[in-house]
Amino acid sequence: MQIEYDVVVIGAGPAGLAAAIEVKRNGVDSVLIVDRDRELGGILQQCIHNGFGLHLFKEELTGPEYAERFINELKELQIEYKLETMVIELTKDKVITMVNSKDGLLTVKAKAIVLAMGCRERTRGALNIPGTRPSGIYTAGTAQRFVNMEGYMVGKRVVILGSGDIGLIMARRLTLEGAEVLAVVELLPYSSGLTRNIVQCLEDFEIPLFLSHTITKIQGKYRLEGVWVSKVDDKRHPIEGTEVYIDCDTLLLSVGLIPENELSKGADIEIDTATNGPIVSESMETSTDGVFACGNVVHVHDLADYVTLEARRAGKSAAKYIKKLLQHKKDNIIISPGDGVRYIVPHHVNVDNLEDTLELFLRVNRAYMEKNLIVKLDDTILAVINKKRLVPGEVENIRIKSHMIRDREASFMTIEVQSEGV
Amino acid sequence: MGKRKIICIACPLGCHIEVSEDKSVSGYKVTGNQCKRGEKYGIKEMSNPTRLLTTTVKLRNSYLKRLPVRTNSPIPKGMISKCMREISKIEASAPIKTGTVLIKNILNTGVDIVSSRSISDLSQTDVV
Amino acid sequence: MYDIAVIGAGIIGCSIARALSKYQLKIVLIEKESDVANGTTKANSAIIHAGYDAKPGTLKAKLNLLGNSAFDELCKILDVPFKRIGSMVIALQEDEFATLSKLYEQGVRNGVPGIKILQQKELRNIEPNISDHALGALYAPTCGIVGPWELAIALAENAADNGVEILLNTRVENIKKLENEYILYTNNRIISAKRVVNCAGLHADEINDMVATPSFQIMPRRGEYNIMDKSVGKLVNTVVFQCPSKLGKGVLIAPTVHGNLLIGPNSEDILEKNNFETTKDGLKHIFDTAARSVKKVSASTIITAFTGLRARCERDDFIIEEATDAVGFINVAGIESPGLTAAPAIADYVLDIIKGMNVDMVAKTDFVEKRRPVIRFNELTNDEKEKIIEKDSSYGKIICRCENITEGEIVDAIHRNVGARTLDSVKRRVRPGSGRCQGGFCSPRVMEILARELEIDMSKVVKDHPKSYILTAQTKDTSMFDLHAVNYLTKECVANANRI
Repeated sequence: MQIEYDVVVIGAGPAGLAAAIEVKRNGVDSVLIVDRDRELGGILQQCIHNGFGLHLFKEELTGPEYAERFINELKELQIEYKLETMVIELTKDKVITMVNSKDGLLTVKAKAIVLAMGCRERTRGALNIPGTRPSGIYTAGTAQRFVNMEGYMVGKRVVILGSGDIGLIMARRLTLEGAEVLAVVELLPYSSGLTRNIVQCLEDFEIPLFLSHTITKIQGKYRLEGVWVSKVDDKRHPIEGTEVYIDCDTLLLSVGLIPENELSKGADIEIDTATNGPIVSESMETSTDGVFACGNVVHVHDLADYVTLEARRAGKSAAKYIKKLLQHKKDNIIISPGDGVRYIVPHHVNVDNLEDTLELFLRVNRAYMEKNLIVKLDDTILAVINKKRLVPGEVENIRIKSHMIRDREASFMTIEVQSEGV
Repeated sequence: MGKRKIICIACPLGCHIEVSEDKSVSGYKVTGNQCKRGEKYGIKEMSNPTRLLTTTVKLRNSYLKRLPVRTNSPIPKGMISKCMREISKIEASAPIKTGTVLIKNILNTGVDIVSSRSISDLSQTDVV
Repeated sequence: MYDIAVIGAGIIGCSIARALSKYQLKIVLIEKESDVANGTTKANSAIIHAGYDAKPGTLKAKLNLLGNSAFDELCKILDVPFKRIGSMVIALQEDEFATLSKLYEQGVRNGVPGIKILQQKELRNIEPNISDHALGALYAPTCGIVGPWELAIALAENAADNGVEILLNTRVENIKKLENEYILYTNNRIISAKRVVNCAGLHADEINDMVATPSFQIMPRRGEYNIMDKSVGKLVNTVVFQCPSKLGKGVLIAPTVHGNLLIGPNSEDILEKNNFETTKDGLKHIFDTAARSVKKVSASTIITAFTGLRARCERDDFIIEEATDAVGFINVAGIESPGLTAAPAIADYVLDIIKGMNVDMVAKTDFVEKRRPVIRFNELTNDEKEKIIEKDSSYGKIICRCENITEGEIVDAIHRNVGARTLDSVKRRVRPGSGRCQGGFCSPRVMEILARELEIDMSKVVKDHPKSYILTAQTKDTSMFDLHAVNYLTKECVANANRI
């Protein structure tokens, strides 16, 4: 069965919801949003903690509350959606194959697509931690699903590898539900989570944080029995003789998120190896005309509010594309990360598509204190932004006024970290 | 405890501040902060630390097994465990709307436990 | 009383049980683990060897050849993935050509079809990613790759379809020989059988010693492996070996039947039969060695690691014979490489031994040769997908997003004979949990399905062994709050923990 829509949004988490709403609000009625889960809201539904909406709504909402704002708006706008629907193929010609129990196999031809599939978690296998393969090892997000949605505890004595936000949040969550969180082990010399989470998830419960440490072996015949933790040197190699055995029955891994781009790769969409997400323009358009992307599928965000802003841009652009108002040209300004910057999104800019601001997101490659971010357009310094604190775990949002880039006929833009006074 | 080293979370800077008891009006001296918000945070953390609590309660009559709930304003940090135990005693029943009060004035804190989402009952095919 | 009791449901035990199920005999297949194929069968290279590296005149050589040629038909009937992709033993130095020649001659003597020595150009035509240092290779077109546990499961299922009784979680603890029967004392029942076939893998010596004079010892040899993501599944087109050493065929790099890449194994003699750890040094060794054969091998594509133990014995050949002092007790032991390849032939060989014991082998007229075809949703055409969902809507619900596996396939895997009962047994039958997310997305859903279909609480679903519990209790179970909060870390540990 083949059906057609102007815009199809793949994924109904914070990114997909905001994008679909924006498409409809910008005058395109033929929109379909699909999600593989049994309800709208994506990962937000299991993020029962607060901290969402501080920027957007000036309120402190929980994940489900944040999601509900958009779910209600989606329904008010009567945007069509399909649940428990999995997209299994995406082609270069914007033909989407999806599957669900009700409709069977559906082929959907879209004029524009918005990719909003989010990301997956890095696994123990990917870390290649030696030892046995007992039960009791979870990625933090999977454990979160069990605890918050299925209503089951995952263990009693817990060690968490990785001090990313998901791990920190789960440290608190499991403690509140009666488990003993024995330690959080972090490879780097600093935590990648928000300070607020270090305080409210670890310090509040006196959970020790082992920086510059890693897990070198997993032990347990049927169920996890313990892990070996070692200190690491400045090259992140375990230091012999520093191994400590921690008796535990549960290991949670919070060691990184990977944008889920298998569908994108299948459609020959160009991927940036620094972000593991599609290369996008200022309008969040990928290398394939009419295919847009937003949210964690493009790069891993840390604030849902920024995901929403980015998704609105994508939705608006998708609508513009349908109305044939999106400009395409060959010589966009290429944006590349300079010294100290790991990646910048978007990757290139067509100034003709900008409204009054160019919105950029970037992550630095290590912690910097009291440094300037230098924004350069070709060889001209456009802006010098003083930052008291830059860390890889927190995405920086840079806004450049469009008039500063227009009419310059520039080819390159870069942002680099520079120490003060140089 | 007369003196404590804490990290301020009033803004992303995360100043390491030290709060000690003294004979000032507030009863505390705060050092290491870079703004007034840090001072306020430090004093609050020493004198009356509070936290928002989010958790789940058992849910009946829905495809979902647990309902996410929250305190509608911060509660004293020391009351968290007792509140968790209290919350584990109740069971909610779908359909429910966001904000529905499930426990009024929990343990006399003046704070309510409210539903953090809406959920339809089993007769509906999807979320409210 | 059973006519024959087969101990051990690995690839050998399942092959023999299925072969026996063609006859009007009462057969029982006894397995100590919670699933078939839970020993060496689930952790090996999955290679169907061409047969040039077995010593001529040995059982290994003879049964390797016979077994190899049986695979196309067998896997077709049982609907098991099998691909005959060929193999290369590469020479990375000039002096290794002598080894290649030796293997070539041995292959000719063993009757291996189609082997030849390739020079650089021919080698690179077939394997463009082969190391720049590779000078040539011994090419064997009859080498193949298979799903080893899939095959064992299929054999067991078909055996059960044909009347074989399969007992899982049943461990033989003692055996007593009476005049015309054997009494097997297990952890949950007493079994009596006229004859016994011992296919107990790593524990075959212990089983033999229960009833006959110790005549062989099984020594575990550990091999570690890595599986790489499907995105690099086409790095090699054949099974690529380096020149073999005394310890075995060496580290290979090969595609798997599912489209992943496999590297390994190393070879380490260990003492414990239950040590299934991967080690830092072992994993490093297999990676470094594989990287010497093939370019572009990258650690960033690793999705999992595992260890397998081979059952080595001093004889250095298969032990397939009646115990001298236990009439009617057949040992099938020391089945290390090429055991998987030889399995169909080993089954026939054992059947011949049984026939020689004057057992009445009357063929069944109602033997069902094929098993019910397995639906692999991801491999269907769009039309076929539509039709199957129309027939059964549970095929429209995709549970494993890495491999596009549907609820229908999982439910089917649970309800077939020798069906899945644990998370890992679902994984081995239909693959959720084998992909790049390693169960992160699908495991809650698979557990929900298992709980529903088996009518048990989700907290009772285990990973593999009965003691490998996954979930502990429901949240809001107030007994959790009564846990005495003791932190077992020493004071020094906590003091050393860096507070930021």
